[in-house]
Amino acid sequence: MATRSQFENSSEIGVFSKLTNAYCLVAIGGSENFYSTFEAEFADVIPVVKSSIAGTRVIGRMCVGNKNGLLLPNATTDQELLHFRNCLPDSVVVQRVDERLSALGNCITCNDYVSLIHTDLDRETEELIADVLGVEVFRQTIAGNILVGSYCVFSNRGGLVHPHTSIEDLDELSSLLQVPLVAGTVNRGSEVVGAGLVANDWTAFCGLDTTATELSVIESVFKLREAQPSAIVNEMRASLIDTMT
Amino acid sequence: MAMAQGAQGLQDMFTVPHTVGRVLCCMCGVSMAPNAANMCVACLRSQVDITEGLQKFVTVLYCPECGRYLQPPRTWVKAELESKELLTFCIKRLKNINKVRLVDAGFVWTEPHSKRLKVKLKIQKEVVNGAILEQGYVVEYTVEDHMCEKCSRVAANPDQWIACVQVRQKVDHKRTFFFLEQLIIKHNAAASAINIKQMHEGVDFYFANRSHALKFLDFLSNVVPTKSRHDKQLVSHDTKSNTYNYRFTMSVEICPVCKDDLICLPQKVAAGLGNIGPLVLCMRVSNSLLLLDPQNLRNAYVDASQYWRVPYRPLLSSRQLVEYVVLDIEHDRGVGSSSGKFALADVQVARIADFGKNDTTFSGRTHLGHLLKVGDYALGYDLYGANTNDLELDKYKGLVLPDVVLVKKSYEEKRQRKRGKARPWKLKALPMEIEPSAGGKQDEEKRVGEYERFLEELEEDPEMRSKIALYRDAAYREQSETGSMTDGEEPPSVPLEELLADLRLEESSRAESEFDEDMDDS
Repeated sequence: MATRSQFENSSEIGVFSKLTNAYCLVAIGGSENFYSTFEAEFADVIPVVKSSIAGTRVIGRMCVGNKNGLLLPNATTDQELLHFRNCLPDSVVVQRVDERLSALGNCITCNDYVSLIHTDLDRETEELIADVLGVEVFRQTIAGNILVGSYCVFSNRGGLVHPHTSIEDLDELSSLLQVPLVAGTVNRGSEVVGAGLVANDWTAFCGLDTTATELSVIESVFKLREAQPSAIVNEMRASLIDTMT
Repeated sequence: MAMAQGAQGLQDMFTVPHTVGRVLCCMCGVSMAPNAANMCVACLRSQVDITEGLQKFVTVLYCPECGRYLQPPRTWVKAELESKELLTFCIKRLKNINKVRLVDAGFVWTEPHSKRLKVKLKIQKEVVNGAILEQGYVVEYTVEDHMCEKCSRVAANPDQWIACVQVRQKVDHKRTFFFLEQLIIKHNAAASAINIKQMHEGVDFYFANRSHALKFLDFLSNVVPTKSRHDKQLVSHDTKSNTYNYRFTMSVEICPVCKDDLICLPQKVAAGLGNIGPLVLCMRVSNSLLLLDPQNLRNAYVDASQYWRVPYRPLLSSRQLVEYVVLDIEHDRGVGSSSGKFALADVQVARIADFGKNDTTFSGRTHLGHLLKVGDYALGYDLYGANTNDLELDKYKGLVLPDVVLVKKSYEEKRQRKRGKARPWKLKALPMEIEPSAGGKQDEEKRVGEYERFLEELEEDPEMRSKIALYRDAAYREQSETGSMTDGEEPPSVPLEELLADLRLEESSRAESEFDEDMDDS
């Protein structure tokens, strides 16, 4: 299910949080409300980490990660890096990237297998992304926008892109990522979907302004209705039982 | 060849086709082409009303008498129903309409008696994220009857004045008022007067506003030497709001000394002006008097305040002028014998009336040496035969009066032939109401004679002409004059180039009358 949420009266929750299949990062806010919505969902599934990156709250735009790793901009302090290493599971590689375009969340987007990056990113960064996150890397634009992280969000099961994306672009991106994509909006017609939405394979959070129509689009393309952690377990159990018998 | 190849290359170049996809409207979920707001038009319209803050009901004022609409603050515009002018007027009356883009406007038909006007407007405005929304709406105008100031003045008592300026001159002729009338017309000084009445020895000007009267008063004091008195009468008084309603009357007296008058100055005045005179001629009247001593060409200016401190009346005025014939003239070649345009001369003259009866001749000095020749006719005051009873004159002991004081050259002889013929020019006249007490048939005859004299005076005096506006008479046709007419000197006339063309409109009489009204308004 997708949940509506708000960070200190702002509906751009993708700016203040980062969600992957292995962990969730949340900005330090004035109140615990925002943290609580994530904590309620993930309490005993994945770690929810409260932190800042380079002293800022806009952590969703500063970092990029998946279940394999987490890339942080060069400005991240040592304490923050240490904090992430302590809180995240040992399987997640936390790494600082020396990249001129420091808002990694705007320039890079990925799921557990593929990533789209800004066309001007360094070759070293590109290699680091492939190594740390264990993904295939494609330099791409979305509907003419180079900030791929801002204008698209995708998980291993589906993705949402800028509403002005043409059908040809949509087909191309979809074949690159090997997931179904749809052009859509969040937050009552906002086209900055990366800022209004965070998603992983079984849940998504979007801004409080998101309408029911947008929510249903998100739920259907990210396949959230049938995808619950318990559903996976049930599926596994069914197959286990299958093999046992 | 190479160019052909290049063109071929361009054609073969691979271009990515872009098919615009469809997204769901974020509000209602209907499939649509993506736009700036990512909302379908119906949802956008339900979200934002671009006609918000625009007037839907407006009241306009309409004068049922003259069929004009009030364009605030004060202008009244004439417009037919469903006309382009009325549409312009209606749109101008809308507030905030400049905040949106007006695309289309038109009338919705309404019953003429319904006192309603309906205008259908189509406007465009930028809404969220730069999306431009177009919307049509109808404005209803309620037409309220409200008589315009002019119509209400006509309909109500036309005598509704607040301030009255009573201009008087205590003399037995109307020359000053003829001239004043022309001055007022030229400067449009009485434009705000609601009524002008000709009274005994003067004219009354009525105004709807005290400030208009004061302005007029100011104008008068700039053109003639005047003395004024202000009075007010309480009409009504509201004790609750402490307001007083007054009627103001300003009494203006114009100095009785006119051009060409002979004055005997009081001793003190003469001494104050450097022992001039005491017998002087008034040469010009503006806001001051120009006095000239014909014996020695000394002149002096006397302004209004100076005059009213010690007022004096003319000894003899232009009605008592007598015609003389010049028998002999001897120019004075001494020092100071000519100043300005005048030249001193010793003349010997005889009264025309005496001509052929007796041999009485008079000799004296005159300032008209530059003008007179032997055999000319001249107008002058006959002090020899005059019966004066002036107190000032009696105060001078041992003053020897000259027998004759010539004032101006006479063109009477030449004019005799021209009399009755039309002039190529004309003057405008103020719309004056004549008070019944002002005079009967005799007075009317006298007035016509005086007016004729005034016109002749204008022809003789270019300086006087320069102060007023003369108009070309369209009805005038030049008559072929026979050779025998042109003997010697012509009487002075107005050169054609000094005349102004009158404003004429070659349109229907209705339009013309409207235009006249407008002219009155301005």
